[in-house]
Amino acid sequence: MRKRITKFLEKIIESLLLISGTFTSVIVLLIILFLFKEGAGLFTNTPMEKGNVVALNKANQVNELTPAQFKNIFDQKIKTWKEVGGSSDSIKLFRVDDIASFYTEDQIGSNFEHLGACINDHISKTPNIIAFFPTEYAATGFQGKLVKLKNITIGSFITDKEWFPTAQPVAQFGVLSLILGTLWVSFAAILFALPLGLATAIYLAEIADSRVRNILKPLIELLAGIPSVVYGFFGLVVIVPLIKTIFNLDVGETALAGSIILGIMALPTIITVSEDALRTTPRAMKEASLALGASKWQTIYKVSIPYSASGITAGAILGIGRAIGETMAVLMCTGNAAVIPHTLLQPVRTIPATIAAELGEAAQGGLHYKALFALGCILFIITFFINLAVEMISSKHRGGKHI
Amino acid sequence: MKKTFLLLPAILLLAFVNPGSEITIKGSDTVLPLSQKEAEVFMKKNAGASVTVVGGGSGVGITALIDGNTDICMSSRDLKMEEKLKLKEKNIVQKTVGVDALAMIVNPKNKVNQLTREQLEGIFTGSITNWKDVGGADQKIVVYSRESSSGTYEFMKEHVMGKKNYASTVLSMPATGTIVQSVGQTPGAIGYVGLAYLDKQVKALAVSFDGKTFVKPSMAAAKDKTYPVARPLYYIYAGASEAKVKAYVDFVLSTEGQKLVEAVGYVPVK
Repeated sequence: MRKRITKFLEKIIESLLLISGTFTSVIVLLIILFLFKEGAGLFTNTPMEKGNVVALNKANQVNELTPAQFKNIFDQKIKTWKEVGGSSDSIKLFRVDDIASFYTEDQIGSNFEHLGACINDHISKTPNIIAFFPTEYAATGFQGKLVKLKNITIGSFITDKEWFPTAQPVAQFGVLSLILGTLWVSFAAILFALPLGLATAIYLAEIADSRVRNILKPLIELLAGIPSVVYGFFGLVVIVPLIKTIFNLDVGETALAGSIILGIMALPTIITVSEDALRTTPRAMKEASLALGASKWQTIYKVSIPYSASGITAGAILGIGRAIGETMAVLMCTGNAAVIPHTLLQPVRTIPATIAAELGEAAQGGLHYKALFALGCILFIITFFINLAVEMISSKHRGGKHI
Repeated sequence: MKKTFLLLPAILLLAFVNPGSEITIKGSDTVLPLSQKEAEVFMKKNAGASVTVVGGGSGVGITALIDGNTDICMSSRDLKMEEKLKLKEKNIVQKTVGVDALAMIVNPKNKVNQLTREQLEGIFTGSITNWKDVGGADQKIVVYSRESSSGTYEFMKEHVMGKKNYASTVLSMPATGTIVQSVGQTPGAIGYVGLAYLDKQVKALAVSFDGKTFVKPSMAAAKDKTYPVARPLYYIYAGASEAKVKAYVDFVLSTEGQKLVEAVGYVPVK
């Protein structure tokens, strides 16, 4: 009887484990599916928010404009039609709010019932106008010409350089500067963290006596537990002014400040993983090396490091993964200017920081919202390949061990 | 006797779940602290009243009002034409509950004390990049701004920058407090913050929109409307829900409510 109950209980536990395993995998897959579904929605749209149009006078030769041209026209950087392939007359901007300066309140109507007619009239009377207004006023009997705009493509999304997601009338979705910013900061972070982390790992695994190790190891692991906001604030208040003074810069919020903070944050991962790898070196191998007359140092770099090379690499890559995905600390100390970085002493904007800063107020289902999800997809692809690399390197290690 | 015992809690329960007495307020993060304070005091004074305040930004509040998901919408900007068009059947009521003055701040070491609107536009759109062009030392201008999701970002663009876009080299900071921190430690910096955030770390500039009279930001200057970069903070609600929200809105506009406005750091309207 008792045996049966135990067996029954075991069965239950087994199926519970199976259910939770399946459940987790399904959830993860659903999240990825959701991410890509929302992100892909961006590429079936033009970069103009739905419900609005831009119209020209019928006589204008221009038919189509690029997003960059739209932005420059409405920023008054392009001042004549000639610069976009039209006549040499200067461009007259019109937004729906401007209607009050051309027509009286009576003409528009107290409930805006004649607004469409007024806009229509104004466009047909002004030959060099470019007008931006809601679609419903371009309905019946519209005299103007609507400007065509191409859909956003994956190519333009990745290669365009300007990121102005809320620009009116046409948003600028160019993420090249964000991708480069992210990679730039993470790469520099690893340059700082790898030598330091490796040195610490070697010290802990091979040189330090157990008393020192018992104090140092928990301290380093404590570093991983500090909230990233605290790191960010420390960066903003201590490292940013320090960098500004040392390099005599105008701004301290730079890629360098971000990468130092990220480097510190990646240290625990690198140290823990590489130290564990170094410790897996069989005692027999090390003793054989020492017996052959090699010094302690020769043993470390001829035996221990080569043996655990794949573990160390995995640690470094996991560190990079931590740095790429980090949000808050970077948001606070890199300045977040969406420009393509040329040096480390320049402000940069990273993908996670952009998502964190902008998703809060992007209207759900809107263009900006979809663009942020598309950014999330890019980040996911980058970290996916990093994890794949770790997987490949550590499986190589496992395979080689039994030879 | 037994029945009344059961009835009493039932009536009390009904009084609490009665949807008529529960007011939801949604919208601007700038107005959020003000509404929270007002709601707290209002609920203390009127037992049984329930006010829920949610942030999210002016745009979020206005969308909620259009969809009928909130009773009152807090907004730190005027309604856009398209929003007015969507709300035209609702006979909306728009009440100014306070005023937020936006101070232009620079590092205390900066020699520049005043700027015109045109100069500010040039600085924020990137056509002026050196302090010597606006009467300062030969030093690069470092511009700090809020993130694009902020209502303050939009307000600057609409009212100070002639609706032009910010330069892409502008540094955007996640919170107003970090702008004060950064401007305080960067000699060539300029930024904008609400009046409530001014402190000794930074220097506020006098601003002129007509090129003649320069006014320093202060409570008094925002009250008598001589300081040009000030924005009204609104409560907007549909005409149909007037009866439901009247008691609360009246409280906010009362002398006591307006004292709270000043306590939170904004300029009272009365």
